[in-house]
Amino acid sequence: MNFDFSDDQKQLRDQARKFLTEKCSPKAVRTVLDGKAPYDKELWKGLAEMGFLGVAIPEDFGGAGAGHLELCVIAEEMGRANAPVPFSSTVYLAAEALLIAGSDAQKKKWLPAIASGEAISTLALFEGKGNPSPKNVKLTAANGVLNGVKKPVADGAIADFAVVAARTGSSGRDGDISLFIVDLKDGGVEVKGLTTLDPTRGQAEITFKDCRAEPVGAPGEGWSILTQVLDRAAVLCAFEQIGGSDRALEMGRDYALDRIAFGRQIGSFQAVKHMLADMYVSATLARSNSYYGAWALSTNAAELPEAAAAARISATQAFQHCAKNNIQVHGGMGFTWEFDCHMYYRRANAMALGLGSLSYWEDQLIDRMRKKNAA
Amino acid sequence: MNFDGTPQEAEFRATARAWIAANAPRQYEEELRKSSLGRTQLKNANILEVAKAWQKKKADAGWACLHWPKDYGGRGSSPIERVIWQQEEGPFGKLSGMFIIGHGMCGPTMMAFAREEHKRSYLPPLASGEKIWCQLFSEPAGGSDVAGLRTRAEKDGDEWVVNGQKIWTSGAHYSDYGILLTRTDPNVAKHKGLTMFFLDMKSRGVEVRPIKQASGASDFNEVYFTNVRIPDHQRLGEVNDGWNVSLTTLMNERMSIGASVSTGFPELFDYCSSLMLDDGPAIEDRAVRSRLANWAVKASGLRYTSMRAISALSKGERPGPENSIGKLVAGSMIQDVATYALDLQGASGVVSGPEDAEVAGRFQAMLLRAPGTRVEGGTDEIMRNIIAERVLGLPGDIRVDKDVPFNKIPTKGRS
Repeated sequence: MNFDFSDDQKQLRDQARKFLTEKCSPKAVRTVLDGKAPYDKELWKGLAEMGFLGVAIPEDFGGAGAGHLELCVIAEEMGRANAPVPFSSTVYLAAEALLIAGSDAQKKKWLPAIASGEAISTLALFEGKGNPSPKNVKLTAANGVLNGVKKPVADGAIADFAVVAARTGSSGRDGDISLFIVDLKDGGVEVKGLTTLDPTRGQAEITFKDCRAEPVGAPGEGWSILTQVLDRAAVLCAFEQIGGSDRALEMGRDYALDRIAFGRQIGSFQAVKHMLADMYVSATLARSNSYYGAWALSTNAAELPEAAAAARISATQAFQHCAKNNIQVHGGMGFTWEFDCHMYYRRANAMALGLGSLSYWEDQLIDRMRKKNAA
Repeated sequence: MNFDGTPQEAEFRATARAWIAANAPRQYEEELRKSSLGRTQLKNANILEVAKAWQKKKADAGWACLHWPKDYGGRGSSPIERVIWQQEEGPFGKLSGMFIIGHGMCGPTMMAFAREEHKRSYLPPLASGEKIWCQLFSEPAGGSDVAGLRTRAEKDGDEWVVNGQKIWTSGAHYSDYGILLTRTDPNVAKHKGLTMFFLDMKSRGVEVRPIKQASGASDFNEVYFTNVRIPDHQRLGEVNDGWNVSLTTLMNERMSIGASVSTGFPELFDYCSSLMLDDGPAIEDRAVRSRLANWAVKASGLRYTSMRAISALSKGERPGPENSIGKLVAGSMIQDVATYALDLQGASGVVSGPEDAEVAGRFQAMLLRAPGTRVEGGTDEIMRNIIAERVLGLPGDIRVDKDVPFNKIPTKGRS
């Protein structure tokens, strides 16, 4: 049994960490946090040059042709650095949707643009409140024309193209949903930026008015493709979340070692030690669940749906737990804009919602476990 | 990343599986499979006898204490082979409960500190289960603070004379031997005046009194020592170096990598899958599903954490500290799981008799046994200290008794 990343993959992780430590300091993240830029363009360019954007894209489509395990280790470092770039929406959502369902022509057109950093992209699924469900998709597609409103769309204000979930039937079944690809620069769309919990990762409202769109995958296959995309993204986001958890835990640990109160390091008080120990426990459980998700993703195993849901829940809980208690360890200073703690708190809570909230994934996990037991 | 064994590991697994299939006491398999925390017993057989017979059979065929040297009754196996064996032994591994302390703690301590002739005579019958060992460390005045123990050992010629009291001694009532930590110098700081011995539990002056637990069962004992004489050649390690000797023992205590910790989750998921609530199946109830999902990811997190440790072993590495979380997570989880299972039963959850209770009262038994799991082998609080200090590198507690002679340390809180 080798339930671990290979030496090469670990080396890639080290390389990504080194790169991000240099190019994505908290100061750089703050440029976006403070609203001075919609995302870190220099970093995005650097990620493309490093080959990170296309790491899991086949060489035929301009990528590095490595695999999802390589993407997982990079995702972990992106989360640790709290990177203010549209990585997850472009790489985990749009690129994966095209890899699963895109035609050869679509892959040739868009995947090289993703790998080279020229195209930012996203998935337009949600329409107001509610979790992923065919019945929440109201935007219509008829004769290759989309009409409706998507909100929130991750990185929607900076995206060049989007994969859009649209209603093409009214039978009340999953087959009512189809996917389309829209070049957002082509007109027929109105984009409005939204103020959100985490300004380092923008969200937008996109209105489609008689917008021309090209189908992705067969008509009526949209929901089945989306389910696969969300499962893959759940694993990849879980790696960002465990990276963020580890960083928040380290920040809390370091502060507990440096800060003196009542004449001693606050890390010598059991109330603080035990809080940090519990953060370590959450982070470790999340890491192990995420590794299993990575295995299932990389081998396209039948266990992926269950593994993805478990990784999603565990990593979401861990990141929220570590980010929240990191502030608690810091006391009042943790609640200032000046300290970096809130950046992880914001990211943790925004990520907890992005692919559907915890209650949605809890429900999914139990369904999937029952299905497995029945089989 | 894969779950495949090496060819050697696969061969070892196949050999172990074939031997177990041919030799295990299959007639008890179903009962063992269904047993859970608080209820590991056999209806029509004495579990102690069944366990001893299984252990002896394993030992005769070379399957006992796999990681021990052959000369001492083991197989000389690698750590990963031991894990594979545990996986293959499955429910029959539950029969090893009464040997865990002897095999996991007393044996390794003897191996590190006993004279060669003692190792050769005492270890093989320990491995084969013919002799059962216990560990006599905790005392009324020294639980988490083991070094606070007060049982005295005084030198008298070639012998030591022991007086005092131990407590929480698992299995003392059926043990043949024990390792014993005593105070040999009360005039120095508490960690510096301890000495370790092993002794025959049938020695004159040893009295074992079972403790009736909150659960009603008696797994632990008080052990009283009145002028018990132990020959000096049964001393383990140097005089007054007992603390270091005990660290060897305790380090082995949680070397249970690969052994699955009991979380209660499979039992609860099973139960909820067939349970009907007032307004439909429990498994379709949103609140139930949410609770189940939260426990599911803890249980799977522990399972995969253990697999990561096994992978490290398989590569010849020492597993990292992440394995230390198992007992901490599982202990409080099984308590919560049992509480919730009873909640789902409504008022009838109060009924615990196996004949009348839901699912033979397994969750009631679990609930009553669970508080012990959060205390034994290191309390939740001690486990958190260990994680904080050894894994995260946080400072140790300020110890007010560190440089004080043992006999000057206060013994009462309020008088």
